[in-house]
Amino acid sequence: MNPTLAKWLQAPSVILLLLWMIVPLSMTIYFSTIRYHLLYQDRTGFIGLSNYEFFYTDPSFWPAILNTLILVGSVLLISVVLGLAISLLINHDFFGRGIVRVLLISPFFIMPTVNALVWKNMLMNPIYGLFAFISTSFGLDPIDWLSDFPLFSIIIIVSWQWTPFAILIFMTSLQSQDREQKEAATLDGAGFWAQFFNLTIPHLARPIAIVIMIQMIFHLSIFAEIFVTTSGGPGVQSTNLAFLIFTQALQGFDVGVASAGGVFAIILANIVAIFLIRIVGKSLTV
Amino acid sequence: MTDRQKKQFLNNLSTFGAWTVAILFFFPIFWMFLTSFKSELQAIAVPPLFVFEPTVENYVLVEERTDYLKFAWNSVVTSIGGTLLAMLIAIPSAYAMAFNTTRWTKDILLWMLSTKMLPAVGVLLPIYLICQKFGLLDTKTALVVIYAMINLPIIMLILFNYFKEIPKEILEASRMDGASTYGEITQVVMPLAWGGIASTALLSVVLLWNEAFWSINLTSSNAGTLVALVASFSSPEGLFWAKLSAVSTLACAPIVIFGWLTQKQLVQGLTFGAVK
Repeated sequence: MNPTLAKWLQAPSVILLLLWMIVPLSMTIYFSTIRYHLLYQDRTGFIGLSNYEFFYTDPSFWPAILNTLILVGSVLLISVVLGLAISLLINHDFFGRGIVRVLLISPFFIMPTVNALVWKNMLMNPIYGLFAFISTSFGLDPIDWLSDFPLFSIIIIVSWQWTPFAILIFMTSLQSQDREQKEAATLDGAGFWAQFFNLTIPHLARPIAIVIMIQMIFHLSIFAEIFVTTSGGPGVQSTNLAFLIFTQALQGFDVGVASAGGVFAIILANIVAIFLIRIVGKSLTV
Repeated sequence: MTDRQKKQFLNNLSTFGAWTVAILFFFPIFWMFLTSFKSELQAIAVPPLFVFEPTVENYVLVEERTDYLKFAWNSVVTSIGGTLLAMLIAIPSAYAMAFNTTRWTKDILLWMLSTKMLPAVGVLLPIYLICQKFGLLDTKTALVVIYAMINLPIIMLILFNYFKEIPKEILEASRMDGASTYGEITQVVMPLAWGGIASTALLSVVLLWNEAFWSINLTSSNAGTLVALVASFSSPEGLFWAKLSAVSTLACAPIVIFGWLTQKQLVQGLTFGAVK
């Protein structure tokens, strides 16, 4: 293919993504520097960095950042560790393996709103929920999960959905692991852990990198799960950055402040992106 | 115990473990499915009912009250439409990048991926205002375009890796035999890339079917997808568990079954074809 044609073919995707990035981004930055409140539309004008100051000094700012990081970090840790353990557990032939696989990966296909509603109403509800029933039948007090441990509950819900994603990838990857190499290692007296660290983990390095990358992208902006379960509460205990901005914009009607928040979110995402691209850039065959 | 017995025992134990974990993981879905066949009173019974007389009245009511089919159709149109639009843009681009890789290619791809990190909530208002300006609020058109854009980076990356795997020697051989660029693409490249293109499209459809942020915020009655329909059931006044379960089951069933049938291809898509 001649280079000119190649450039023309690449142009649409590059130009469209550039527009998709630059147009809303510049509007967001512009809004963040003006007075822009949907309920007081007559008050306008440039106000410099006041919106940033307002957003930054909001008592929910640091909790929201911290919650975002805790949420991303714990879900990643849980889904990678649990995903590895489960895919190793099903990495041999046994009765009904096909069904077990199908059951295990199903949560990944359930939409986040449904996922959150099922957990909120039918499992974690302190009166009618199944967990409450299990607690009381052991003579314990039922736990009001979403009120008492809001962030932890959301971590459970999101992990339930994303661990199957890790399982899906790890189990496929494990099938391509060299069996003869493992047998040789067994004959040489290598135990389970020695094989795990010296053979399995290196074999899974790239799949693990991919799982981390994709999950980080999706978890940084988790919204639906919080929207339908705790609405960020009680207080700001389960508010992440995405939800905080949403509250400012669509419940507080303050576009200026919400836009400043958006810029903070973009900066945070880019810090993560730089870090992430360093890991993934190496493991991609680009 | 002899070594053989010990091995057998460990095998049985891990099979038991695998089944237990699988059932635990699937349980919430099963519970939702079961609840959808209960009456509202049975749904909130304490202790929870495992055995009861099933009824389909929830399903009937959901269709009567909410026009399920319209929302389902919106989900189908927007997730497939968004995927097709993105594929249309991505296939030629990724093809050109893979067969004409320059020193910029890697940077371009990683830059594309970085647009995926642009938090949706940070640009919601501008997009909302743009849609409002062009009269596109609550339309499928707006969702199709947005869906295409949010999936384009991932689709590009996956397709690039698939095209990259096609051995250059095959192309050279066909060129020696006098194939034109067009013939080269239709006869040689496409048959080899077809599996990869299909995997990528499947993955994109799954992600878009379950996309929640844009559809909740930009649509209502007209272009609402199943995600938005389910979210509308979560309001306190509308909280009826059995009906909620029925609507959720109806919203998830198509994509869950689709996922089961295409799991192998999905994995290839998700791992950029790198995990076989």
